[in-house]
Amino acid sequence: MTTNETAVRVRELRKQYGQKTAVDGVSFDISPGETFALLGPNGAGKSTTIEILEGYRSRTGGEVSVLGIDPAKGGLGWKARLGIVLQTTGETGLVTVAEQLKHFAGFYPNPRDVDEVIAAVGLEAQAKTRIAKLSGGQQRRVDVALGIIGRPELLFLDEPTTGFDPEARRRFWEVIRGLKAEGTTILLTTHYLDEAAQLADRAGVIAAGRLVDLGGIDEIGGAAARVPLVRWRDAGGVLHEERTHEPGRVVAAVVASSGGEPDGLEVIRPSLEDIYLQLVRSVEGAAEPEEVLA
Amino acid sequence: MSTVALGASRIGYETKTYFRSIDTLFFTFLFPFVMLAIFSAAFSAQGEVGPPGAEISIAAYYLPGMIAAGILLSGVQNLAVDIALEKSNGTLKRLGGTPLSPVGYFLGKIGQVFVTGTLQAALLILAGWLVLGIELPTEPEKWFTFAWVFVLGLVTCALVGIALSAVPRSGKSATAVVIPIVLLLQFISGVYLQWNMLPSWLQDIASLFPLKWIAQGMRYVFLPEGWEVLEQNESWNLTGVAIALGIWLVVGLVISRITFRWIRRDA
Repeated sequence: MTTNETAVRVRELRKQYGQKTAVDGVSFDISPGETFALLGPNGAGKSTTIEILEGYRSRTGGEVSVLGIDPAKGGLGWKARLGIVLQTTGETGLVTVAEQLKHFAGFYPNPRDVDEVIAAVGLEAQAKTRIAKLSGGQQRRVDVALGIIGRPELLFLDEPTTGFDPEARRRFWEVIRGLKAEGTTILLTTHYLDEAAQLADRAGVIAAGRLVDLGGIDEIGGAAARVPLVRWRDAGGVLHEERTHEPGRVVAAVVASSGGEPDGLEVIRPSLEDIYLQLVRSVEGAAEPEEVLA
Repeated sequence: MSTVALGASRIGYETKTYFRSIDTLFFTFLFPFVMLAIFSAAFSAQGEVGPPGAEISIAAYYLPGMIAAGILLSGVQNLAVDIALEKSNGTLKRLGGTPLSPVGYFLGKIGQVFVTGTLQAALLILAGWLVLGIELPTEPEKWFTFAWVFVLGLVTCALVGIALSAVPRSGKSATAVVIPIVLLLQFISGVYLQWNMLPSWLQDIASLFPLKWIAQGMRYVFLPEGWEVLEQNESWNLTGVAIALGIWLVVGLVISRITFRWIRRDA
């Protein structure tokens, strides 16, 4: 039953490196067709988690099922259904973009069209250029292209847009939206919270190896964290802040009482980034120092 | 794609990158040519060498050794450095996340060794014949021996190279680990220094490794009758060549099978 209803199922996942606990009891599900973002600071356990799901790392404890298969036992047929964009690559790049994609397309039973994929990541002009000669951002787009060439059911994107300029990031988002529209399930890790807000349906926040929050992208951090904030300076220059569900009423009251335009008036709706930072800080503040480092 | 078609695709890809890499092109493919040219020129003043009645030019003496060195470089040096590098720079990790099987990967590597090694040996023989005026054997039996020593030597060296690729801890240290081993073997196995001039204890040490046997087989093919008196026990000992290479083939295969991982195993 679960194999049909969840693309990824993680229960009480644990990973220990010697005495160090990198992942400590993480549980979440990803439904087919869903885009799920795994957020967290560096060293929080994001990449360890994703690499266990990809089959690269063994786990110390817990249950994991990816497309109905335990990644520790996943064979070639299972890998053919995945697309993996790893975090860092440093290959020699002696082949051209088109050569590399054509070659990798041959590994998969039902690959996408090479030219279409090159166009999707915006590398038409570089198709005949050796990968080593591309810029860092362009090489990253080749990584993404290689991740989707096999028409994966489930795509892993580990910090895919690091090093992209804003224009390239927006183009990349369009690529991902296209994949979502085709029903691809996506697991994304990113440092860019706007990216998660743009792309993800749900998110999990990992800090110090633990899942500290899990929910819809508009629910993370709870309702209280989303209450708008009104901020202004009174005539004496003193800064005031008020959290309120009725910012308009507060602003009107402030204007009325000050008898004019108040100084530095702002109405702030907390962004996902604000909420996320608050979440992570509260966990890291409470955690043991060595766990923060882990 | 079938394993055969995938293997063919990998061989094409691997061969393309081999020839696009300046390092392998020079230090693996062209190196024996350079050494053959240098040794032929350096010792040309010696005139003809060899046992009475079987004298040949110094270039003719060095040709079989350089063919053997080419086999060693194309197999051991090429693959040990290449795979260690691919392990450290993320190539293997990426491939490990695709449905490419390790068998397909190694078909590509060994196929590349065959394509480039064959081309290298053919060009060496051709250059020796056309440029250096070396007389080539005409007996079919000699060419048959050439074929099996070449194929067995190349497969053995490829497998030893794959096994050796597990040793370097990083891509940067790969050449530092591999090249001294390969160079040392060339000095003690009758490639650079004339085999009969080495002391017998050094010959015994060299006999523990495959290069000596490949070089011996190649000398049988390319040197005229009468030269066997300068070999150990005054014999070409082709049976010994087959046995020694066979043992190394199995050793290389077993170690490769045990040690190969797409990524370094984590704790």
